[in-house]
Amino acid sequence: MATLCQGLGVVIPLSSSNSSNFRLPSRRSISAWKDGIFVVRSDARVSQVLKTGGPNHELLIPNAVATKGGSSVASTSKPGHELLLFEALREGLEEEMERDPCVCVMGEDVGHYGGSYKVTKGLATKFGDLRVLDTPIAENSFTGMGIGAAMTGLRPVVEGMNMGFLLLAFNQISNNCGMLHYTSGGQFKIPIVIRGPGGVGRQLGAEHSQRLESYFQSIPGIQMVACSTPYNAKGLMKAAIRSENPVILFEHVLLYNLKERIPDEEYVLSLEEAEMVRPGEHVTILTYSRMRYHVMQAAKTLVNKGYDPEVIDIRSLKPFDLYTIGNSVKKTHRVLIVEECMRTGGIGASLTAAITENFHDYLDAPIVCLSSQDVPTPYAGTLEEWTVVQPAQIVTAVEQLCQ
Amino acid sequence: MMSLSAAKFVEPLSLHHRSNGSPMSFNAFTPFLGSTRKLRLIAPIKLNPRSSSTVVSVSDLVKDQKRKSTTNLLITKEEGLVLYEDMVLGRSFEDMCAQMYYRGKMFGFVHLYNGQEAVSTGFIKLLKKEDSVVSTYRDHVHALSKGVPARAVMSELFGKATGCSRGQGGSMHMFSKEHNVIGGFAFIAEGIPVATGAAFSSKYRREVLKEADCDHVTLAFFGDGTCNNGQFYECLNMAALWKLPIVFVVENNLWAIGMSHLRSTSDPQIWKKGPAFGMPGIHVDGMDVLKVRQVAKEAVDRARRGEGPTLVECETYRFRGHSLADPDELRDPAEKAHYAGRDPISALKKYMIENKLASEQELKTIEKKIEEVVEEAVEFADASPYPPRSQLLENVFADPKGFGIGPDGKYRCEDPKFTEGTAHV
Repeated sequence: MATLCQGLGVVIPLSSSNSSNFRLPSRRSISAWKDGIFVVRSDARVSQVLKTGGPNHELLIPNAVATKGGSSVASTSKPGHELLLFEALREGLEEEMERDPCVCVMGEDVGHYGGSYKVTKGLATKFGDLRVLDTPIAENSFTGMGIGAAMTGLRPVVEGMNMGFLLLAFNQISNNCGMLHYTSGGQFKIPIVIRGPGGVGRQLGAEHSQRLESYFQSIPGIQMVACSTPYNAKGLMKAAIRSENPVILFEHVLLYNLKERIPDEEYVLSLEEAEMVRPGEHVTILTYSRMRYHVMQAAKTLVNKGYDPEVIDIRSLKPFDLYTIGNSVKKTHRVLIVEECMRTGGIGASLTAAITENFHDYLDAPIVCLSSQDVPTPYAGTLEEWTVVQPAQIVTAVEQLCQ
Repeated sequence: MMSLSAAKFVEPLSLHHRSNGSPMSFNAFTPFLGSTRKLRLIAPIKLNPRSSSTVVSVSDLVKDQKRKSTTNLLITKEEGLVLYEDMVLGRSFEDMCAQMYYRGKMFGFVHLYNGQEAVSTGFIKLLKKEDSVVSTYRDHVHALSKGVPARAVMSELFGKATGCSRGQGGSMHMFSKEHNVIGGFAFIAEGIPVATGAAFSSKYRREVLKEADCDHVTLAFFGDGTCNNGQFYECLNMAALWKLPIVFVVENNLWAIGMSHLRSTSDPQIWKKGPAFGMPGIHVDGMDVLKVRQVAKEAVDRARRGEGPTLVECETYRFRGHSLADPDELRDPAEKAHYAGRDPISALKKYMIENKLASEQELKTIEKKIEEVVEEAVEFADASPYPPRSQLLENVFADPKGFGIGPDGKYRCEDPKFTEGTAHV
C-alpha cells in the first residue's frame, strides 16, 4: 500500500502552524545564531536562551538503550557539563587523540581553520600540524591516504567538509576502505573513521544537501552510523575511532548547534545499537539524524491527540539493530519510517525490506516509509521544505496507520 | 628551497619522436625508442649523496663508470647473483602462470610482467623488509621480489586457502603483511594514495610518535596509463608538499591495453611531471637492471633521508599482452622485436659473464634452482585445499561485530551459521 505515502503530499507549512512557541532553529539564517543559544529539548521543543545560563535539569534525556544496558545519562550521579553538538564531537575526538597517539585527523581546513563546522577547532595548536593535517582539495587521494595510513598502523579520522564531497572519494571508500580487509585475506585492517556533515541544510543548494548514506550502504565491509544528539555524537565518535572496522559517521549540518548536558565521565556507545528515544505502544517510528527532531515534534502533537508513538533513533545505518527494532515491532505491530534519504534506494527502503523479511508476521499494516522526494534539493526555501518530511506529514501518516 | 634539479635537465635531443598535436591515424605507428635519449645536466654531476639531492642521468653515469676502469663495476658478485636470481624467478613464474592459465588452473584477469623484471628487481632488492611496496594488478613479480614465497603467490592465483590473501584476492590483490606488500589493486591509480598513506605513516612515526629510526620508504609502482589519472597528480602534490618518503615508479611500457601512450598523453615525457610538483623527475632505461638500480639507490636514499619523493620513469616493455586475454594485435612486431633484443635477463647475464662476475655454469645453476622452485610452487598450490565455506564471512570485518545485532539480540557473528559461512548477513 505504497499509496499511503504518496497521499501525504499535503504539507502544512511550519511557519504558519499553531506552534508559535516553537520554531525550528533551521528557520533562521546562520547569522541569527549569534543572537543566543538555541536549546532543543528531547521532545523537540525549541526555545532560545538569550543568556548563557544553562537550561534546567529537566533536560536530561533518558538515553537508555533498549537492549544491552548501555550507559544512561540519567543514572550518573555527577552533574555533567553542557555543550553543543560540534563541541561534543570535538571532545570525543580530543579524548581519543590524547588516549592514543596514533589517532590523527585529515581533511580540508581541519587544522588552522579549525574545521568548517569547528569540530576540530584548537586541535592543531594542541597536537601539531601533522596530527591534524590540512589537506589539499583532493578527496579521493587524501581518503586513500587515510586508508593507506590505517593499513600501516595509524588510526586516521578523515573529514569530508561536506558529505557530498565524499562522492569524489567513492573509489577509495568502496574499493579500498570496504574491501581491502577481505581481499588481503584479513592481513590488513583499516580502522579509519570517515565523517562529515550531510543532509539538507538551510537553502544550501542541491549539491551541498546530499544524503550519501544511501550510496554507501551497499559497500560491504563498512559500518555507518548517524549521530543526532551531543550525547550520542560524542559516544559514537569515540566508538568509531576505537573500532577496528572502517566507520562512516554521518553528522547533520543543522544539528551542530544542539545543546545538551552530557556526563563528565568517559563513555563510549555501541556502534551497532539503536536508541530508544520515547517508548510507546501504538506505533513504532524509526528515524535517524535530523528527522528525529521532526518526529519528536510530531510526537508531541500525536500525544495530544491521544496516540502513543514509540520513537527509535536507529543510529546504526549499517548494520541495522534488528533486535531493538524487532522488539518494538512485536509490541506495536505498526511501523513508520521517517528519514531524510531519498525515496529510491535509501536507508528507509532497506529498512523496510529488512523488517518485512524478519518480522512480517508481526505487522498489522504495511510499513509506511516517509522519505525525501526524489528531487535535487531546490534552493528556494519553500520548495526545499516540500522535499523534506515535515512533522505534519508524520502526524497524518501515524493517524492513517493507526486507523 | 624545493629541489629544482630537474630544471637543469635539458630537452632531449630527439624531439621529433613527440607527437605534437597532429592526430594519429589509427594504424600510424610512431617508434618510441627512448633509450637513445641523452639527458645531460648543465651542472657537473654530483655523486656525493650528502651535498645535494641532484639525481643524475643514469645512462651518462654508467658510461662514465665504465670508461674509468673495468674493475670499478656497479655490482659485486653476490649482488649480481641476487639480481639475476630474482629476475629469473619473475620470468619463470610468469611463464608458468601462463601455462597454468591455459590449463584452466586460474581464471579471470591475469596480467603478466615478462620483460619488466629489471624494474621490479632493480628497485625492490634495495629495500629493507620494513619498507613497503604498492603495486597494481601486475603485481606477481613485485610480491616475489619483496620476498613473498612463490608458493604463496601461486596458491593465491589458484584460489586456494593457502594463498597469500587466502584465495580471496586473486591475481590482482597480492598482499603480505609480513613482507609489507600493500597490494595489488585492480583499478589503476587507486593504489597510489594508499602508498602515499603508507609513506605518511612512516613520517608520522618519525615525527609524531618519535620513533627516530623509522625511515621506512614506500615504493609505488604503476604504469603509463595511470599517469593521466587524477589520483596520480593529487598524490604527487601531497607527497612533495609534505616531503613524504615515497618513490613513484612509472613502468612506462608504452601501452595501456591497446592505447599507445603517445595517443593518450599530451606530453608523453612523464618524468617532466615531477618537477612541476617540486620533485626530481628521472627517466631511466628500464630494460637495464643496473641502471635502474643506480637510480633507485639515489631515489630511495633521498626518501630515507627525509628529502621527499622522487618520480622515476622507467622505460620498459611487456613482452606479452596486457593480460592473458589480450590478443595483442595492435603492437608492431618490429617494436616487440626491438625490445626482445633488450631482454633484461640476457643483458645482465652478458654483463656478469663479460665482467667475470659469474660463470655460465653458475647462472645455469640458478636457472635450474628457480625452475624447481616454481614447479614446487605449482605442486604446493595444486595440493592445497580450496577455501571452505566457513571462510566466506570471516574477513569482511576486522571486528565481526560489524555485522550487527540479529533479531534474537545476539551479535550475528555469534551465530554458529556465521562461522560455517551459511548465515545470511
